[in-house]
Amino acid sequence: MTLLINNVTKRFGDFTAVDNLNLTIPKNEMFGFLGGNGAGKTTTFRMLLGLLDKTEGEITWNNDSISYDKNHLIGYLPEERGLYPKLTVKNQITYLAKLRGMAKPDILPELEKWLERFKVPEYMNKKVEELSKGNQQKIQFISAVIHKPELLILDEPFSGLDPVNVEMLKEAVLDLKEQGTTIVFSSHQMAVVEELCENLCILQKGRPVVQGALREIKRSFGKKNLRIHADFSLEFLKEFPGVVKYRRNNEGCELQILNENVSQDIFQALQNKGFIRKFDLEEPSLNDIFIEKVGASYE
Amino acid sequence: MNKFWVILEHTYLEKIKSKTFIIMTALLLLSVVAAVNFQSIMDFFGDDDGKDQIAIIDETGFIFEPYKQSVETLDEELELVEFTGTEEDAKSAVQDEEYDSLVVVELNQENLPEATYFANNITDSSTQTTLQEQLQNLKVAISIEQTGVDEATIQEIYAPISFDTVALDDDAKTMEEMFQAQGIVYVMVFFMYIVVILYGQMIAQDVANEKSSRVMEILISSASPVSHMFAKIFGVALVGLTQILLLVGVGLVLINSKKDELVGGMLDSFGLVNIPMDLIIYAIIFFLLGYTLYATLAAMLGSLVSRAEDVNQLITPMIILIVIAFLVAMFGLGAPESTLVTISSFIPFFAPMVMILRIGMLNLPLWEIGLSIGILILTIMIMGLIGARVYKGGVLMYGKSGSLKDFTKAIRLSKKEK
Repeated sequence: MTLLINNVTKRFGDFTAVDNLNLTIPKNEMFGFLGGNGAGKTTTFRMLLGLLDKTEGEITWNNDSISYDKNHLIGYLPEERGLYPKLTVKNQITYLAKLRGMAKPDILPELEKWLERFKVPEYMNKKVEELSKGNQQKIQFISAVIHKPELLILDEPFSGLDPVNVEMLKEAVLDLKEQGTTIVFSSHQMAVVEELCENLCILQKGRPVVQGALREIKRSFGKKNLRIHADFSLEFLKEFPGVVKYRRNNEGCELQILNENVSQDIFQALQNKGFIRKFDLEEPSLNDIFIEKVGASYE
Repeated sequence: MNKFWVILEHTYLEKIKSKTFIIMTALLLLSVVAAVNFQSIMDFFGDDDGKDQIAIIDETGFIFEPYKQSVETLDEELELVEFTGTEEDAKSAVQDEEYDSLVVVELNQENLPEATYFANNITDSSTQTTLQEQLQNLKVAISIEQTGVDEATIQEIYAPISFDTVALDDDAKTMEEMFQAQGIVYVMVFFMYIVVILYGQMIAQDVANEKSSRVMEILISSASPVSHMFAKIFGVALVGLTQILLLVGVGLVLINSKKDELVGGMLDSFGLVNIPMDLIIYAIIFFLLGYTLYATLAAMLGSLVSRAEDVNQLITPMIILIVIAFLVAMFGLGAPESTLVTISSFIPFFAPMVMILRIGMLNLPLWEIGLSIGILILTIMIMGLIGARVYKGGVLMYGKSGSLKDFTKAIRLSKKEK
């Protein structure tokens, strides 16, 4: 039950959208797929689903190529949300679930369960166009998971939701993972990815620039963050050897430093200068890593 | 295949339940009822006081009786009444609408009748014509009698000439058949024209709607674009069939209940009584093939636009094709053997309408019909293949659209780039 992406390349004319991508995503794993806009995430997903043909390489699920006769095993939440505006939630989900191979009598109880879970049971007979965008998204999510897929592909599942709904959806995703679903998802919200994924991949121009377990990635990144709150000016740290980035804030500053040892040098240098309220050495955030890896190529 | 049926069922049910469909069908049913009851409706709005009374002042003294008889047998709506008062009285009676009109018949110097017609307005030309023609006949009879020709000779003069038409080609259709075929073909071609435009547009619109609401990406990740496309085409075809069956069914029931009134009326003039069976079968074959061909084209075009509003722009070329086919067929009604019509009947987009015209009007060798059907089926298969390609790429294509350049773009998107 492994998703294997092997030397996959996709070219549109002269433009290479995905360049020689290799990924192995084991069963029951939550895999984060990151990348700037136009990095090739959606194209990769579309190849996974068979919507686009690969130019080269192969994609297998469970040692088998993915084709339409397996689509009841796959759930998909596209980036561009799409539902029939004029259909009721009930008709909508019934149709989409049938297309995923679900038998009609199984659909309604399952739908009721999900609406209950998302605290919107009253939407059963409402037309989709009457719902708010966030609530439409819940319906869209239900359409992706109602048939209990083994492989779930979520393209930007959390965009456009308020914090309460993000929590609700995160809970649902984690539950699905516990039940054995393999989940691949893309997001621009680094905090969410950090929270949910063990493994991830950052795409840049169709090529993975960072790939592997989150913990490993952070460790091998080397650089650390140092947060200092003090009553005196920390301006001199800008030029301090080993400091990569200096960001001033209202209580002090945030530094990015080359490695842990630099923090000890700074600690020494700060002594006897005045009152220090906070001196905090942190792991780099995924945000930092993303900005460094992806942002570098923008320059 | 299972997915195909799910989509087909969904397309069919949603369309049947839609307000547009219900209202349109109701309106069409109403017009069928109106058409069948055309005669009664006309009668209802016609003169409810019964017959038109026409006052006659007969100064000849012998014209009135034969005149009354010949006019009244010809037109049951007319009643001739002899007026004995003065001409002035008669005129004011017409003005007071006691009579519809007044005819004053006198004898001239040659002892032959001549007449003057008075009415409040002289727009009712059919009454005038009848009155004039019958008087003309009487005049001819009188003047022949005056020359002393005997009764038998007069009868002979009036006897209708025998004029038979014989086609020397054994296969040629008789005049009667020709006339009937013209009516049937006209109805069929017109019917096909309406249906293809109506349902072709419905398909293109439907595909474009699914695309613009972005539900398409989910659909084609669940079922292959090809089965989605054909499920849509046949789903809409079933909707059309339902509508047609409803109309034809109601029509037939009504016609049967009023058969006596209608025979000899409108139905006859369109040749819709006793249609030859083989023509009906060919019509159904060409109709189905024509629909499938145009529907495939429509689905393909619909898949190219990203906003539903752009549909009309993109299906314009298709509509133009249908209109040309229609015009060629209409031209062919008068000249079924012209080269233009013959060639057109083998061009796939024209064949459905033009070939049925030729079959109806001429006696074609079987191979010509077979060839035309073969060409159509082949074209549908090629269109299906290209259509599926374009569809697969087209449904993922968003952005500015509305030109046929998108064809190549869509095909490129759907295939592997090497």
